[in-house]
Amino acid sequence: MTTKQIVIIGIGQTQVGEHWDVSLRHLAWQAIEAALDDAAANGLDAVNQIESVYVGNMLGGLSSQQDHLGALIADYAGLRGVEAVTVEAGEASGATAVRQAIMAVQSGQVDMALAVGVEKATDETGAEAIRSMTTSLDADFETIHGATLPAMAGLLMQRYMHEYGTAVADFANFSVNAHANGAKNEYAMFRNLIKAEKFPNAPLVADPVNLFDAAPVADGAAAVIVTTAEVAYSARMRNVIKVLGSAMATDAFSLHDRDDILHFNAVKLSTERALKQAGYGREVINILELHDAFTIMTTLALEAMGYAERGTGYQFDLNQTPLSTFGGLKARGNPLGATGVYQIVELTRQLRGQAGENQVPDAKIGLAQNLGGVASTAVTHVLGV
Amino acid sequence: MTPYQPGDGLMQPNTPVGIVGYGAYVPRYRIPAKEISKMWTGGAGGVPIIEKSVNGLDEDVVTMSIEAARNALRRAQISPRDIRAVWVGSESHPYAVKPTSTMVAEAIGAVPNTAAADWEFACKAGTEAMQAAMGLVGSGMAKYALSVGMDTAQGRPGDALEYTAAAGGAAVLLGRGEESAVLIHGSYSFVTDTPDFWRRAHADYPSHGDRFTGEPAYFKHIMGAAEALLGAMDRTAADYRWAVFHQPNAKFPMRVAQQLGFQPDQYEVGLLSPRIGNTYSGATMIGLTAILDVAEPGDRILMVSYGSGAGSDAFDLEVTERILEIRDRAPKTEEYISRRTEIDYATYTRFRDKLKM
Repeated sequence: MTTKQIVIIGIGQTQVGEHWDVSLRHLAWQAIEAALDDAAANGLDAVNQIESVYVGNMLGGLSSQQDHLGALIADYAGLRGVEAVTVEAGEASGATAVRQAIMAVQSGQVDMALAVGVEKATDETGAEAIRSMTTSLDADFETIHGATLPAMAGLLMQRYMHEYGTAVADFANFSVNAHANGAKNEYAMFRNLIKAEKFPNAPLVADPVNLFDAAPVADGAAAVIVTTAEVAYSARMRNVIKVLGSAMATDAFSLHDRDDILHFNAVKLSTERALKQAGYGREVINILELHDAFTIMTTLALEAMGYAERGTGYQFDLNQTPLSTFGGLKARGNPLGATGVYQIVELTRQLRGQAGENQVPDAKIGLAQNLGGVASTAVTHVLGV
Repeated sequence: MTPYQPGDGLMQPNTPVGIVGYGAYVPRYRIPAKEISKMWTGGAGGVPIIEKSVNGLDEDVVTMSIEAARNALRRAQISPRDIRAVWVGSESHPYAVKPTSTMVAEAIGAVPNTAAADWEFACKAGTEAMQAAMGLVGSGMAKYALSVGMDTAQGRPGDALEYTAAAGGAAVLLGRGEESAVLIHGSYSFVTDTPDFWRRAHADYPSHGDRFTGEPAYFKHIMGAAEALLGAMDRTAADYRWAVFHQPNAKFPMRVAQQLGFQPDQYEVGLLSPRIGNTYSGATMIGLTAILDVAEPGDRILMVSYGSGAGSDAFDLEVTERILEIRDRAPKTEEYISRRTEIDYATYTRFRDKLKM
């Protein structure tokens, strides 16, 4: 991309789940503290060097009645004085916060920045929770008619099944794989396995989307610290991971404004831009972390990225490029505005060779993609050793 | 602050106290959960129980408490004039102001030389009244005290709780240990400020926190109370012949029982929610009455209630020889459950005054 090589030097995450007894700020602090500890373990005490903080969050203003998270979380995390701001791009808020941190360092305005994604989704229930979680759709033209994200995924899946003659069972592999990997991730919300044969008969969420198609919305926080390669190497840091590409793109906001609802153009654009920055083609990517909020979204993303022909994304060979290596949104859980940061944290663990039982052999270059709404926003990062 | 030690908070009376009489009441009407599911989901999806009991047009917590109290008196064969307290725990008291308990006391002939009061702690108001009665009798202030847990529970049409919110409950008459059919060896209360379920003044139906009602509410409190009591009494699940827990559905109490190490033959007799639903303040106590209908002298029983808000009361009980003498004097709980008239959703709507015009 670039004049400066940006690197990731610290990562932290909390377990994804129902953190009834932990507040928004406390969750964020737990992830930030873990990222600071990680940077320290790799050779740099970052706490006094972080100059700006980007908080990825989607629901705070509604579910916790708390906006102004930049100053709040910076203060609570012991970083009082830094520049800090909330970054919001629906469910893509997390990766967008990471991108803001990267751009801040790239611009030369700061030498070190922290991105933290945090979500407290369980503070609301029932209709209130649905109202809050639907704010990433078009309020005037979609939500007003009762649309929710699962409902939109249902429309997409219905259309896909109609166009290509697929059945619900055809989408099972993504979720079976996610749970198999989530079972070995101590930070995952669901550590159970699911069987492909049970998949088609799981309880319906929004016909034909069922419980095994849909990722669970939950609480969680993850953080990454970025700086320049120069800073990291002069401190002789270990486990430094390079940001090879960072790109964001948008699509027609509402489904009804798209020429082809089964094509995720923002996914295509952001992938092309990120790979172009990295100077690589798809074939060098060893690991994929995609936005598997629904199996149909993974399917359409793989097609838009060029990994599969139209109508064949569900057949993606999971042995070809490992996917959702820590469980993805489906099993690790989907803490909305924090999800994109979890993906970066997980990819960093893989590239460092610190993925334990989930380690992908010879992981060298990985791609993470975080989507907002029905892929109205797509943020793609390419990381490498 | 020094940490709590095992045994802290164990409640035991100065002199032995026990249950000298008990009685249940369940209205005859039943609505199958599938009938409710048919109304709201077109029959799709699972249901938490088989069916629930529904009170008839002429039944409320007053009439039902009187039925159960009379059954307790039939078994105890004591003079109601010796009762020094009539306490009714419910979240369906017909009046916001005016006691249910005075009407019950009048009907059973306990007036005027008696205390009377209504209790409310979501689903554990009845067992709370039992603990108070232990104190009143155990201190020598009263010869007998009557505690009732009874509800005609409210479930918002279409809400998850509508499938289970049921009508029924039980009365227990506490007296001195030597004349008891069941000895109460000790009790323990586990209470925190946990807002999982509530109904504000003037609201027809309760609100709840969905999944928050599970792990941090029901399970935390029931397990907290049960484990503290077991520790304080130095007992394990194997020491008990029977166990009964608050039963908002079929799944929760079974999971708690299994976590504590109980086997199905220990908890199934007291698990009535699949067939009558969640009778709220009545649920734990009526489960106990079903056990007492079949228990043998010497059997130990663990009973743990749960009330949202939240708290649990755990009791360590032991059946005496006296049970054989008293239990056939009044209708058994199973007889009330088998006495069954199925109704459809329309009739249920009328009985429960759900149609607002």
